[in-house]
Amino acid sequence: MIDLAVLWFALVFVLLGTFLFLDGFDFGVGLLFATRDDEEERETLLAAIGPIWDGNEVWLVVFGGALFAVFPAAYAGLFSRHYLLMFAILGALILRGIAPELYEQRSDDRWKRWWGRSFIVGSALSPFLLGMFAANWVLGASTIVSVPSLAFGLTVVALTLVEGAAFLGLKTRGTLRDEMSDYSARAALAYLVLVVVVIGYLAATRSDLHGALLSPLSLAAVVVSVALVAGVVLASRADRHRAAFAAAAFLPYALVAFVGNLLYPAIDPAVGLTVQEGVVSDLPLTMLTVAAAFILPIVVVYFGVVYSVFSGPADPSETY
Amino acid sequence: MLDPTTASRLQFALTTIVHIVFPVVSMGLAPFLVYFTWKEVRTGEAIYEQLRRFWVRIFAVSFVVGTVTGLVLEFEFGTNFAAFAATTGELFGGPLAVEGMMAFFLEATFLGIFVFGRERVSDRLYLLSSILVGLGTWLSAVWILVANSWMQTPRGFEVVMRNGNPIVTLVDPIAAYANPRFPWMFVHMQNAAVLSVALLMAGIAAYHIRSARTDDDRFWRATLKIALVALIITAPLQVLHGDAYARHISVTQPQKFAAMEAVWDTATYVPEYIVAFPTSLNDILNPRAKDIFGIGIPGGASWLASGGDAQAEIVGLNEFEGSPPVAIVFWSFRLMVAMGFWFMLLAFWGGYRWRTGELFEDGLLHRAFVWTSLLGFFAVETGWVVTEVGRQPWVVQGVMKTSAGVSPGLSSTEATLTLLGFVAVYTALLVVYVYVIRRIIRGGAPKIERAQREAPGSEVAADD
Repeated sequence: MIDLAVLWFALVFVLLGTFLFLDGFDFGVGLLFATRDDEEERETLLAAIGPIWDGNEVWLVVFGGALFAVFPAAYAGLFSRHYLLMFAILGALILRGIAPELYEQRSDDRWKRWWGRSFIVGSALSPFLLGMFAANWVLGASTIVSVPSLAFGLTVVALTLVEGAAFLGLKTRGTLRDEMSDYSARAALAYLVLVVVVIGYLAATRSDLHGALLSPLSLAAVVVSVALVAGVVLASRADRHRAAFAAAAFLPYALVAFVGNLLYPAIDPAVGLTVQEGVVSDLPLTMLTVAAAFILPIVVVYFGVVYSVFSGPADPSETY
Repeated sequence: MLDPTTASRLQFALTTIVHIVFPVVSMGLAPFLVYFTWKEVRTGEAIYEQLRRFWVRIFAVSFVVGTVTGLVLEFEFGTNFAAFAATTGELFGGPLAVEGMMAFFLEATFLGIFVFGRERVSDRLYLLSSILVGLGTWLSAVWILVANSWMQTPRGFEVVMRNGNPIVTLVDPIAAYANPRFPWMFVHMQNAAVLSVALLMAGIAAYHIRSARTDDDRFWRATLKIALVALIITAPLQVLHGDAYARHISVTQPQKFAAMEAVWDTATYVPEYIVAFPTSLNDILNPRAKDIFGIGIPGGASWLASGGDAQAEIVGLNEFEGSPPVAIVFWSFRLMVAMGFWFMLLAFWGGYRWRTGELFEDGLLHRAFVWTSLLGFFAVETGWVVTEVGRQPWVVQGVMKTSAGVSPGLSSTEATLTLLGFVAVYTALLVVYVYVIRRIIRGGAPKIERAQREAPGSEVAADD
């Protein structure tokens, strides 16, 4: 018999990883918006994510919903203890969420400059603050700001940059594409450096985590991440944009596997709540499992349809 | 500084009051968009493409603002009402998770095709996208109302101890989720959404017809007719259904019903007050203050609650532990009912003018439509105030008090700070939203640059 509590613990992290993959590249595109002055290039970036980012961000909603439904005590404890951080995250997500839509509503410079900035700031702060939240969660931290939380925030920002630039390598052409490829390779190296810094800091300061850091799954996640970073760098240099994006796409899953493994068997280490203690009773858990088993494969089909409809280079005129 | 309970309740109230507008726009627009798309695909007529494009823009902007404000709501259960979330999450979290997986994904992914994909996909897939987006918005309401209806009439659960805390555990999913309140809420809500959007549409059309920009006139006349058809169907239904719904509440939530009628002492032959004012200003928030000036129908409330017996007994608020802020519930209920009757009257008036062939000539009617544009949303707000404020002091009727649901570690400073932040951010959001929507509305009918897509009828022939 499969342990449904453990299965859902893994699924919660897969949902988070998928959010970090799909909306991750949207954040990256938002950050890279800062590097563009040319209006047509900016429109190209917006057109690249326009039809898909609404769907991508739903993975965060479903991650939150799944955590609430399966581990309600952990959801309640984490969100209320990181009260101000959660609202900062919401503020950043609001900025990012409305900016691209509003950017298109008027054509004058001031309006576009204002919403362009809010798009960039929201896209930078969202992954940064989510990274801080994840670090505080896993480390059971009581303060919001600490060395590991800041470093991990930057790590997640670097990750979204890798993904965003790799995605734009697929969706753009010419010199813009070359530049994006270059960014993704550099960001991948920066990501690797930050990962090493975070792990080094934890190894030096948290002897209680040594076992988890040296466990096979953690080591595998690190090795896979190094290989993926190498893949991103080499594929970008060789102008193999599909391969670069594919490598970037797996990076967030390696990261959540690493993070989930550090956490397990706890679901909320700050109060010593384990996965088995925090999970809901069998009946709702079975119902949710059946529901998810039916619905999530269909969701993957939706994404397949949408992504295939909008495959190919983005057309800057294709905003409505 | 406000205490954490008050600040959290204000913040949650503010969040829901603002958020509800956007799902109402989405749910209400959905059937219209499917209709426009179907006609566009079927007939190839430019006017349906214009209608679709005009309302898709409003849908897309509303969806985005609805998403960010809805995300805030989902988080707030954890941040501000952690005790509620931890205690009832086993029952309450499930529908929210399924809403995300089943409904929100459907709406958000196909919205991409619906907004950006007209030139990229076949007519059939495009029409299907419009249907799936609409289905997503309606399924969202199903799951949200499954969760909410359980809070109104909770069943199918037991309270057990886990890790030293009492928690609500699911024992009978059918009883819990096929809740007696659910169908009442769903029908009332969906019909209200379509009604609200029909009123908005009629108001915008009437505004443009009055301003008489001749190049768009055909577009706005068609819009007014479509809106009026929807209005004639939904407005009377809302009143009839609302009447039956109130009776359902008098049976299942007598405390809420007593608050709606402001009945303190259990009595028979209770009058239905149309308006009521205390004669002393100090009692202005208490609609049943001792010295009262009111206009009431004798036995009216008893008659309504029992479905025809003016002598029926109504249980008063004094019989219950605690009571909701009665004045808010009493007045919200009256405003909602008054607006409901006004919408019905407006529908009949418009229908009559259509029959007499003077729909586009009656200036007074047009002005009435313009002034009523936003009242549907206001009626939805008052309805939710009755529903949500009316069940106080309970967050889960008879099971958990709202004050017991607030996050235990929350400080006054944190709660007040975020409340202020909310007021600022939500005000800004609303200002920007209203500004953008007004611009879209003032911009008039979308211009079709190319010639008609295809000759009428050719599509059908090609498909056959």
